[in-house]
Amino acid sequence: MTTMSFPHQVITIGVVVLGTMLTRFLPFILFPENKTPPAYITYLGNVLPYATMGLLVIFCLKDAVTRSFAFPELLAILFIVIIHKWKHSTFLSIGLGTVFYMVLVQNITF
Amino acid sequence: MKRKAFETALPYTLPICVGFLFLGMSYGFLMRSMGFSVWYPILMSFFIYAGSMEFVTANLLMSAYNPLYAFVLTLLVNARHMFYGISMLDKYKNTGWKKFYLIYGMCDESFTINCTVTPPKDVDKGWFMFFVTLLNQIYWVGGATLGALLGSVLTFDTTGIEFVMTALFVVMFINQWEESSNHRPALIGLISSFICLILLGADNFMLPAMALIILIFTLDRKNLDKQEVTTL
Repeated sequence: MTTMSFPHQVITIGVVVLGTMLTRFLPFILFPENKTPPAYITYLGNVLPYATMGLLVIFCLKDAVTRSFAFPELLAILFIVIIHKWKHSTFLSIGLGTVFYMVLVQNITF
Repeated sequence: MKRKAFETALPYTLPICVGFLFLGMSYGFLMRSMGFSVWYPILMSFFIYAGSMEFVTANLLMSAYNPLYAFVLTLLVNARHMFYGISMLDKYKNTGWKKFYLIYGMCDESFTINCTVTPPKDVDKGWFMFFVTLLNQIYWVGGATLGALLGSVLTFDTTGIEFVMTALFVVMFINQWEESSNHRPALIGLISSFICLILLGADNFMLPAMALIILIFTLDRKNLDKQEVTTL
């Protein structure tokens, strides 16, 4: 158990909440609805969603690339791409992809 | 109106339900095993509501008291939220009081759905996004609570279940890819992140990757503006 006193724990959790909220609210505080954001920000708002999805995919693989070059992950992603191109069902692709990955890592040593 | 939005939102959140229940439970269980009372994981999952940061905070609470360090670390770990915010400035417009909650509850998964899914015309967009955000938070806090109360009650092998989140991001990436004729932004995001990960390693790549993405977009603005990027 922690040696930190209760008030110190509350303050620590409090600043974590504050920091998290700051990262979430900052863009909306800087660019409120009643003002048109600069063209540069609107441009970023248009292109960032595409780039962010790529960033999130890599973010998920961050711990995997160091071991056996993420072989089960890459295999499962390939499987998802094929299933998704074939059936175009978001839920089928996510469901089958996850089960495929679980079978892989539970039964094969990479 | 609300009912219809809820019914449209629910199926999109089901994969997240699976992932969040398991991740949340492991968080709740971890906190209990570190000696914290049930209330810590419940309140922390509710108020912080940023998965990786909650695991980090568990460690912070076990080390020396240093609120400034905790604050700066939080900004670094959650900096990607600012990316989401800039992307959602337009989408969250005109959602009234719900806007506050949409911003407060914006996690990776809620962002992913609200950013890529366009609900049918007869469904209110604001309520749809509200229910996506609310359901996801319920799954997360519910998972943390279950984990804190029940502990290691799971008996079947769940190894690999966390991949459901990766699968979600991959599928949404493909959906966006097919929706847009200009693949430049998606490739810039994917390749910049990958290069930073290889060069800097798992713990240090996020901020440089975000900076690199913004830098490339800034330098590439003329090219991208010309090719008329389809607005989501």
